[in-house]
Amino acid sequence: MAHVAAAVREPTVPAPAGTPAVRLEHVSKSFGSRRVLDDVTFDVAAACGFVILGRSGTGKSVMLKHIMGLVRPDSGKVLVGGDEISALDGPELSRVRKKIGFLFQNAALFDSISVGENVAFPMRRHTNLSDSDIRARAKEKLAAVGLDKEYEKMPATLSGGMRKRAGLARAMALDPKILLIDEPSAGLDPITADEIDDLLLGLKSSGGTTLIIVTHNIPSARKLGDTLAMLHEGQIVAQGTTEELDRSDNEMVRAFMTSQHAG
Amino acid sequence: MLHRLGEAAIALLAAVGEGALFALKAAREVFLPPFEFRETMRQVYELGLRSAPLIAVSGLAVGVVLSMHTRASLERFGAESMIPAGLAIALVRETGPLTAGLLLSGRIGAGIGAELGAMRVTEQIDALEASAVDAFRYLVVTRVIACVIALPILTTLMNFAGMMGGFLAETSATGMSLGLYFNRAFSLIEFNDYVPATIKTMVFGFIIATTSSYLGFNTSSGTEGVGRASTRAVVLSSILIIVSNVLLVRLIFFVFPEAGS
Repeated sequence: MAHVAAAVREPTVPAPAGTPAVRLEHVSKSFGSRRVLDDVTFDVAAACGFVILGRSGTGKSVMLKHIMGLVRPDSGKVLVGGDEISALDGPELSRVRKKIGFLFQNAALFDSISVGENVAFPMRRHTNLSDSDIRARAKEKLAAVGLDKEYEKMPATLSGGMRKRAGLARAMALDPKILLIDEPSAGLDPITADEIDDLLLGLKSSGGTTLIIVTHNIPSARKLGDTLAMLHEGQIVAQGTTEELDRSDNEMVRAFMTSQHAG
Repeated sequence: MLHRLGEAAIALLAAVGEGALFALKAAREVFLPPFEFRETMRQVYELGLRSAPLIAVSGLAVGVVLSMHTRASLERFGAESMIPAGLAIALVRETGPLTAGLLLSGRIGAGIGAELGAMRVTEQIDALEASAVDAFRYLVVTRVIACVIALPILTTLMNFAGMMGGFLAETSATGMSLGLYFNRAFSLIEFNDYVPATIKTMVFGFIIATTSSYLGFNTSSGTEGVGRASTRAVVLSSILIIVSNVLLVRLIFFVFPEAGS
């Protein structure tokens, strides 16, 4: 079966070689008097795993929403494959968003349609595929997360972990080049969490998908992350490979890296 | 104290301004492609067709009560034969449109406020945007179009149900036949009675959809915020309907002077 991305209307022009998949340049964001991101700068190379670590409420999810263009920075730029998503609007913003899949922390499934139709939704909106093709592909995506028998069920009838997996299937619907994943293993049992990690690893290594993952699960971060970044009080306080963070001078970073908390 | 009052006044003015811009955006985007035809039709069904039982039953009850009151008044002057026509004019010109508008601001306003509010707090609106779908067009514009289409139709249903209620009251009191009742009811109704008053409800539909969508779209504070958005949607759209009705009736009298006679 052909790649869904190939059937997406208005295929995107590839960025020049060497362009990072995602770049944040001096991004700052405040909500009221609370500064959530403070001059954050980093690059994420294409087809790499970039893991964002940090304590709860430090702005990790807000950072992902900046990359998707759901939140705009007060200052600084967010670039996705060379497009400044933080400055785009309307059809141009939609064009860039089609390159990105987003798994929300609480899955954010549309509760008025079935699980399968949630996965089919982006394909119905953005591809010329026939109804039977869309259904087949949506089932394929659900099978990849172990939910192929749940197509007709409504999201409200699923457990938290199942909703999370359905959310991941929807995020993968258009075979995006970039996947933003907010706590992939939260609410999953260790075996399923491991299977999801393997699925993501496969997307990265064989599909060339860039993964940007927010997680508290250190074993998962070690497995998926080529680069890890630690966010604290709105700033990146450490960034590097797992080995580099293991050897960090920052005591909090080392404490985080040695924790065994799984999700 | 004065400082706090000033802050509250500024916040209120800012909200009114934001709401007005939201409504203007909705009014403009109704005419711009892409048109979400399927979703609009789904909303016409959800908001319009599913409101029909409420409107029909309420209309019937209003018609019965109006008929009883009219009979009590006209009987004194021996003008009982005018009851069907009087009731029909009262229903078509004002009672039908305003009652339908207020009933639907309750049913539809609460529904839109709660649904969009819940979608906001559960990040479903963000998920729509993340799926490269313009959430404003998909959620707001479709509801605005559906309400603008549904309100005049439901108002016509309300008028008809009201007349049927009037007939039931009249036939139980005097044994009047259906044919004679409707013959008398329509004897004084003219184009200028029905059309402007019914078109007026398109404005009510716009008010209900934009007010409740604005409040739902800007919900915060979890489930408590959803409840608040739903309640405010009903209260605010009801007030706006009553106030705008005064202006619209003035406008109708200006454009169709015969409508006031």
